[in-house]
Amino acid sequence: MRWGALLVVTVLVLVTAGIYAVGAYQRFEESRTAASSVGTSAGGQIPAAPFVLFRNTASGQGYGNAATVPLSDPGGTRAISGQDCDRVYGSLDSVVCLRTNRGLVTSFEAAVFNRNWEQQRSWPLPGIPSRTRISPDGSMISTTVFVTGHSYATAGFSTATEISVPGGTSGNLEDFALLVNGERLQVTDRNIWGVTFAPGQADVFYATAAASGRIWLVRGSLSARTLTAIHDNVECPSISPDGTRIAYKKNDGGALAAHWNVAVLDLATGQETVLAEKRSVDDQVEWLDGKNLLYGLPDETTDGDSNIWKLGTDPAEQPSMFIAHAWSPSVVH
Amino acid sequence: MYISLSDRSGGKRDKSQDTGTALLGEVPFRLSPVILWLGIVSMVTDVSSESVSAILPLYVTGFLGLSTIAFGFIDGINQGASAIVRIAAGWAADRTGHPKRIALAGYGLSMLARIGFLFAGGFWAIAAIVTGDRIGKGIRTAPRDALISVSAQPEHLARSFGVHRMLDNIGAAAGPLIAFFVLLVIPNGFSTVFVVSLAFAVIGVAVLGLVVPDVQARALKGAQARQERRLFAFSWSHLREPGLGKLLIAAGLLGLVTMGDGFIYLVLQDRDSFAVQWFPLLFVGTNVVFLALAIPLGRLADRVGKIPVFIGGHVALLATYLLAAAPFGGLWATVGCLILLGAFYAGTDGVLAALASQLTPSGKLATGIASAQTVVALSRMTASAGFGVLWYAVGASAAMLVAAALLACAVIAVFFILRGAKRAQTADVSDGA
Repeated sequence: MRWGALLVVTVLVLVTAGIYAVGAYQRFEESRTAASSVGTSAGGQIPAAPFVLFRNTASGQGYGNAATVPLSDPGGTRAISGQDCDRVYGSLDSVVCLRTNRGLVTSFEAAVFNRNWEQQRSWPLPGIPSRTRISPDGSMISTTVFVTGHSYATAGFSTATEISVPGGTSGNLEDFALLVNGERLQVTDRNIWGVTFAPGQADVFYATAAASGRIWLVRGSLSARTLTAIHDNVECPSISPDGTRIAYKKNDGGALAAHWNVAVLDLATGQETVLAEKRSVDDQVEWLDGKNLLYGLPDETTDGDSNIWKLGTDPAEQPSMFIAHAWSPSVVH
Repeated sequence: MYISLSDRSGGKRDKSQDTGTALLGEVPFRLSPVILWLGIVSMVTDVSSESVSAILPLYVTGFLGLSTIAFGFIDGINQGASAIVRIAAGWAADRTGHPKRIALAGYGLSMLARIGFLFAGGFWAIAAIVTGDRIGKGIRTAPRDALISVSAQPEHLARSFGVHRMLDNIGAAAGPLIAFFVLLVIPNGFSTVFVVSLAFAVIGVAVLGLVVPDVQARALKGAQARQERRLFAFSWSHLREPGLGKLLIAAGLLGLVTMGDGFIYLVLQDRDSFAVQWFPLLFVGTNVVFLALAIPLGRLADRVGKIPVFIGGHVALLATYLLAAAPFGGLWATVGCLILLGAFYAGTDGVLAALASQLTPSGKLATGIASAQTVVALSRMTASAGFGVLWYAVGASAAMLVAAALLACAVIAVFFILRGAKRAQTADVSDGA
């Protein structure tokens, strides 16, 4: 009797799981081959500046691809690159793409493309893509990933952030000296993420540093290998095109129940302005121009989809949809 | 039905062993069907849990678009909570005399948590589900090991645990491969992984509930009448048991100088580009070595003694540290580290449970095993935090060498501590006989 029951249960759950898997595969095949739910064209080349580069999350063909639209018509037909990217960023003549290589052993890498979407170089990443930036002169690339694969070990989640410089790499920024109030911090649980490169200053970048439950905006120096804390509670900084202000996400919800507001910090005065967005923004903000910001928010109705929103730096302005079914915006002027 | 199965699986193994064990005048090995089924329960449950935990970071960050820094924090809380419920569950198993019911509650809770994945969206829902799964694991481990211990032949205790740990690790190695295979075929097929995981969890609970008998109920009756136990006095009272107290001290001491595997993998990644690209393989590799060596090292422990193998396992860990700190890198150093690390787990994990159950009076079996496992878990958590400080203070290689030196001291100290325990253990055995 018991053996019969065990046999029935086993067969039943395996058949149910099998039917579900087949159904999921068919749905995936249908959506992969279906026409895109938005207007698309095959993009052989990165368009002339100014344009917006992003990850296309519209269902159908081209889902997950890097794509571009002209800055003048962000809602228009998007040029699909054919390159799968989890996170993208662009400059005038190159694109960096962080991607997942699926397989029995899933691995991650960063790839750099030229204007014709031809791969120039690539290197392995130690975890799941999170943030990436290219310096204004195109010479340096920063990557932030979530270090993974710890499912068997006891180590918790952490980030790894590196800057690729001509002829080498900075190494993990966690190894830079972290200076808070003039003192060098020795604590161990430190994490660095979300680099932004200061325009016109080859050695200077900004990033987030966290240690012992505290979070700082740090100014980094590549030559001195230092990170100097300059402001509290700033995550994923993004420097304005003129280099005077930093837009970022600011956690007002505590360490566990995070709620990130979007705020702007004036570097010269230290004046902080929290903007009008009420939803929690978990992204590295991008400057559309001197007065407007862009960021992605997960779509409320569809898992795996997201939209890019626009928000004025004037706290009176409300957010508006900029590009639907898109993620990881990068504005190239 | 049980008997015919025992004859089949036990008989086959005996033939190859007879010559070896007969010389030692030992009882021929017969794998109890209870242990085989408990192994299968653990195997399918590990397929279920490891398939999800392997893809969870990808799901949360890559698919849902959430940051996961807070996961590290939650994971720390969970590990502490898991260690504490483990002792409580062990105590409850002893107290009620029904370890199977407690184990079933633990497996059942983990299964219910998997149902949650089908409906979860936000970070908090996922964190709650992972917590439920962890607590379920904490509840089930000690009662299950008590069931193994009671079902095993005393002469082949470590080998019996070895069989269980082998099956357990087959599941742990297969789970991630199954999950990544699903994602390879259906790139965003996370819900399919969750459904497959739930299916395996249901099978695990069904096997435990329908097939595994509640063995210890009989063994416990006398013990329960003999002794009144209080809830919060259990672990201290164990320190007064001559053998187990020393084992807990020894395991705690060794745990304090056992850094997390994550650090070893990070050192390997620093030196070897292979280790960066195939990072997930490091875990699978360690598991494969663990499962391959679990039975041989269990047999060895039954033959030459569990304490020498337990200490030998830590010598393998010491060798891992030295090899990881060595100035040369490359593929072979990486592979060597994985083999040594797998040998460490194979020589210590099941053997510790066997040792603890051997040194515990039968009425406190689950509590004794739970105490040893909790001591190891908490001391290793402490060690990881401490080693992290050292890591940043003196650098990776130097920190490895310091850890190796401390471990060497601890191994020598434990050698002398457990020499006494061995005497107590033999006294215990002759007492019982």
